[in-house]
Amino acid sequence: MFCEKAMELIRELQRSNEGQLPAFNEDGLRQVLQEMESLYEQNQTDVNEAKSDGRSELIPSIKLRHCCLLRNQRCLTAYLYDRLLRIRALRWEYGSVLPANVRFHMCAEEVQWFSQYKKSLASFMRSLGGGEGLDITQDMKPPKSLYIQVRCLKDHGELEIDDGTVILLKKNSQHFLPRWKCEQLIRQGVLEHVMS
Amino acid sequence: MSDALSDDGSVNQDDSQEDVMTPAELIAKLEEAWLNEKFSPELQENKSEVVECVMEQLTHMEENLQRVKKGDAKASIHRMEIDRIRFVLSSYLRSRLQKLRKFFPHVLEKEKSRGEGDPSLLSPEEFAFAKEYYANTETYLKAVALKRMPPNLQTVDMLKAVPEPCLDSFVFLRVKERQENILVEPETDDQREYVVDLEEGSQHLMRYRTIAPLVSTGAVQLI
Repeated sequence: MFCEKAMELIRELQRSNEGQLPAFNEDGLRQVLQEMESLYEQNQTDVNEAKSDGRSELIPSIKLRHCCLLRNQRCLTAYLYDRLLRIRALRWEYGSVLPANVRFHMCAEEVQWFSQYKKSLASFMRSLGGGEGLDITQDMKPPKSLYIQVRCLKDHGELEIDDGTVILLKKNSQHFLPRWKCEQLIRQGVLEHVMS
Repeated sequence: MSDALSDDGSVNQDDSQEDVMTPAELIAKLEEAWLNEKFSPELQENKSEVVECVMEQLTHMEENLQRVKKGDAKASIHRMEIDRIRFVLSSYLRSRLQKLRKFFPHVLEKEKSRGEGDPSLLSPEEFAFAKEYYANTETYLKAVALKRMPPNLQTVDMLKAVPEPCLDSFVFLRVKERQENILVEPETDDQREYVVDLEEGSQHLMRYRTIAPLVSTGAVQLI
């Protein structure tokens, strides 16, 4: 059957958990493209024959093949586009640097797309509010409290809070700090927000 | 939340004498735009002047906070206020960006067909972003698959491939200015179109398409 391979690609995405990125199926992609090529070649010869010899009985099979071609194209672009949407969501989840196990599942062009997307988003955020800039990947949830419980993930040295007290950020120590002081450090992976 | 915000606005009133709008009104405007944007299926007109003013206001408030005495209870309340306003602002911009990415071909198409002098749907930054996003995605699809396809199948019509915003989805709304003779089109074949009046202060559940123009004029508020 035609288009089986393309459907298989779609199913693969469908089966993987919500938002997870399965490995890029280069092999499946190639097979679909091959199928398209042979369909196209067959169609070319049939079209020529139908034209030169006036064999109109070939037309239905040409039409069928063309529909399969269109369907294959549609499935492939859907596969690729859906992957892009998942990758895009990762930017908001992990920040601008993706973990290695995610990058491992992406193809070279996807990596390129991602870095371009990152750049567009960054220049958008920089130009907000007449060039002042605002990081809209922050403040994802409505703020509930001023202070949060954080745990140090690595030694960071001393941190001065607004009221002048200096605290030592030592690995594995826990602190109760103003949220606006920590956001940056949490992003850098120095601190971890402890949910209770 | 709006109570707390307006309290805060009055404290900082002296900061924006050059503005005709008081900070409280400004925040109300932002909240209005935020709710409309959050609940409408399509992208609303951009409110970049509100965004800019709010950002200015936030900087002002931050500066004021620097001057407050240490350990002042007022300071932490103000700090909380800043955080809340920043959240609303970010959330507003995020939901715009989300729609932009979801419907980018349609948004760009609408922008192209917009008449001279009509207000732009997108702020310049958003327009730049949408264009880059479109080009980037197109290049990607070409590079990975389309250019390896048969010659007659190497293009994809993005307008057809990317779903359109569903204008027939239902939205909750509150009427701010009385409206008469709003034509509600039939939903199914056995219904007939009819006319409703919207009383000020009343709340309704309607299809977005029917009241879309009223949202942009500010006569109704999505809730």
